[in-house]
Amino acid sequence: MKLTINGNVKNIDVDPEMPLLWALRDLIGIKGPKFGCGIGACGACTVLIDGEPQRSCSVTVGSVNGAITTIEGVSSGEKLHVVQQAWIDEQVPQCGYCQSGQILAAIALLNENPKPNDDQISEAMTNLCRCGTYPRIRSAIHRAAEKMGA
Amino acid sequence: MGKILRRTFLIGSAAIVGGVAFGYYKYIKPYDNPLEGELAEGEATFNPYVKITSDNQITIIAPRAEMGQGISTTLAALVAEELDVDFKKITVEHGPASFAYHNSGMLEDGTPFPHYERGIVSNMMRGAMGVVSKFTGIQVTGGSSSTKDAYIKMRQAGCAARETLKLAAANQLGVDVGSLKTDNGFVISGVTRIAYGELAMDAAKLDPPAEIKLKPKSEWKILGKPQKRTDMLAKVTGAPIFGIDVDLPDMVYGTIRMNPYLGGKMLSFDASKAEKMPGVIKIVDMGGPENEAFGGGIGVIATNTWAAFKAAEAVDIKWDKSDYPAATKDINAVLAKALKGGAGDSLRNDGDAETAFADAPRPNVVEAEYYVPYLAHACMEPMNATAWLKGGKLEVWAPNQAPTIIRADCAYEAGVEEEDTKVHTTFLGGGFGRRAEVDFCRFATRLAKHADEKPVKVTWTREEDTRHDTYRPVAMAKFKARLDKNGTLAAFDARIASPSIIASFMGRTFPSLSPAGPDKTIIEGVFDQPYTIANYRVSAIKAQLSVPVGFWRAVGNSFNGFFNESFMDEIAVKAKIDPVDFRLGLMKDHPTAIGVVKKAAAMANWGAETIEGRGKGIAFTLSFGAWVAEVVEVSVIDGEVKIENVWCAVDVGEALDPSIIKAQVMSGIIFGLSSAMGQEITFDDGSVEQGNFDDYDAMRMGQCPNIHVEILQDAEYMGGVGEVGTPPSIPALANAIYAATGKRIRTMPLSKEIDFVA
Repeated sequence: MKLTINGNVKNIDVDPEMPLLWALRDLIGIKGPKFGCGIGACGACTVLIDGEPQRSCSVTVGSVNGAITTIEGVSSGEKLHVVQQAWIDEQVPQCGYCQSGQILAAIALLNENPKPNDDQISEAMTNLCRCGTYPRIRSAIHRAAEKMGA
Repeated sequence: MGKILRRTFLIGSAAIVGGVAFGYYKYIKPYDNPLEGELAEGEATFNPYVKITSDNQITIIAPRAEMGQGISTTLAALVAEELDVDFKKITVEHGPASFAYHNSGMLEDGTPFPHYERGIVSNMMRGAMGVVSKFTGIQVTGGSSSTKDAYIKMRQAGCAARETLKLAAANQLGVDVGSLKTDNGFVISGVTRIAYGELAMDAAKLDPPAEIKLKPKSEWKILGKPQKRTDMLAKVTGAPIFGIDVDLPDMVYGTIRMNPYLGGKMLSFDASKAEKMPGVIKIVDMGGPENEAFGGGIGVIATNTWAAFKAAEAVDIKWDKSDYPAATKDINAVLAKALKGGAGDSLRNDGDAETAFADAPRPNVVEAEYYVPYLAHACMEPMNATAWLKGGKLEVWAPNQAPTIIRADCAYEAGVEEEDTKVHTTFLGGGFGRRAEVDFCRFATRLAKHADEKPVKVTWTREEDTRHDTYRPVAMAKFKARLDKNGTLAAFDARIASPSIIASFMGRTFPSLSPAGPDKTIIEGVFDQPYTIANYRVSAIKAQLSVPVGFWRAVGNSFNGFFNESFMDEIAVKAKIDPVDFRLGLMKDHPTAIGVVKKAAAMANWGAETIEGRGKGIAFTLSFGAWVAEVVEVSVIDGEVKIENVWCAVDVGEALDPSIIKAQVMSGIIFGLSSAMGQEITFDDGSVEQGNFDDYDAMRMGQCPNIHVEILQDAEYMGGVGEVGTPPSIPALANAIYAATGKRIRTMPLSKEIDFVA
């Protein structure tokens, strides 16, 4: 099976029913998407497929048609994505486990809506964080929006 | 359990005074430096906290679990401040499991005395606990104790290393050491600057000076100021830093499925279907020794995690039942009976509460009963560990809070020596007390015995994690108060019934020891609060329930904060006194408490005219040495409650990093509010009903209020920060709902009686 991940084409021998998350983590060795729930309820496994945020634990690898972007694919070389930099500037992560998914959800939001208001952020950002980094995530999205608009 | 741990725990639990007397000589002898065996070429070490290479790479060991609380940054800052190096250029490592990294701060705070009680007896006990911790060498992260424990010893480590580097420079230059200074990684002699790296190898051969002097606070460049956390880059780039990300050559993957009737055995199993599934290598009977508390189950070894999950489900298993009541209502009946039963352990008994209530006029007595359910930890990263048993040596990689306990436990499980066992502590995707347990490491080790000398990474499903937790215990409480004229609180009597966390933890972790004596976790958050009441009794009643219970963020304070501060609110209402003024009146002996209550009230504009449909509630809890007052504001929209604002004032004494402290307190508040809004673990037919985030959820972004945190530094002693935001958040919310709706809710979660905006 052929997958396009972060711009690279990967060929893997896999049961098409395997969730994309486990194909990425255990077969391909991409560890950015995290296992949290397995039922699409927490968003720790979020990846972008053709720019759309998808919960990779609930997408079978056989059903993937588009280009996959994981957290490993959002920076250009040493230079962080503006959303990643905003995350550092606002000191968002605590344990950090959900943050790959949060950052990808935020990138998808900002691509769709470069200047989201608080309600739009609340509506788009449905991923769970048990450390309670929500206030700083919100600040970081506003900061990134400002930087991207500048 | 290993021999050393068993023996030293006996000193800890049974013979504290003897331990001090016998142990003094041994106590002053330091542990060996665990870094000495692990140095790379060209690397030198000065003490267990510092490594310097000849090309100037400076590594600081922060030997506490980084589970989000920012501890690796703050501990490194303690060393870096004294060592005098550029904080941006250092590397921080967790380091090996070692007795040298024992946590005496936590055991000191485990003594059954209020934080502010510094009398001779309680100080002797605290001191004794510190000695015991060094003997037992428990390297543990918990009890919001890491900075308290490290505050002096890690600055001393940095200082000793700096002074030794100066000695080496003095020898090299032939000058008096007193003439030397340091500056950001260099020793300075006049115009000569020598980088630490150039001195490191020579300095490591020298003994540090006998007397070292820590910098005065006025000279601090790093401490007390917000630092950029050292783990940010890894965490925004998805670096493989967690236990679940461990990847080793030839590694296989596994999972477990244990008896849903907690602690029950497995009667039989049929793996014939599962064994034929693609990717499955082996199905293993996970039953342990007879006295093991975890019960029976199966484990799967496979070529990937998904195959292991599917195969585990496909095994046909007959389970034996467990011995606790099968349904939550029957569990609650046990609690109710305990509450009505014996006297319990009264860790506070001032005046004569019995008599004060006996002759109290009926209308002057306020009474209320409260209840909280079991709660799961629900760490974002499900339980997991990787174990590799090869040639009589064991290595374990795990996101864990207690590496030396795990080392002893897994060595015993594998039948190898502790000296041949290595525990690598990865970053933790949440901990909250759950990862102070040994089960996930013991199970990984047990599977490793069947993995043909290959490393096996064992990951639990979310359902397994939720249904085999060591739960925050259920608790039931009865509170009584006597009010005299002018609203004077003349007497206060609280009885709290709950299963003992200490007994449950010891039973599964050290089954050969019996934990005697009172369990202060049952009443912490009530008996140790800074209220002065003439007749004041608080009693803990141990309820006999074998559902495993454990340390959940803020431990007993997580429910006792709710009980105590809801009741304070109820008394204030009955006395017709403003809830802030009512508390201030009882806190006269404790200016630190008054400070935070006044500050939180001012931040919240308490007393201003209330907006229609809104209400504010206040609560205060002293826990882990931090004095915390919180005001919650809610609005009611079409009958649904929305949490609008939280204002929090926290006094931690010395604030080492204000940014990290604010983040932690905010985190604790959201953790508490999440539980209050809708979390409960219930039992039916002997097993846990909830399994995943669809039926055991937490607060989401859209529900998160504005949170305002201010730090005060007036307290006499340093407090912790990791857990302290949680206890007052829960009653402050319940009190705010009362203010907004007139509805007094005495049972958690609040969602059983009121709806929240989704």
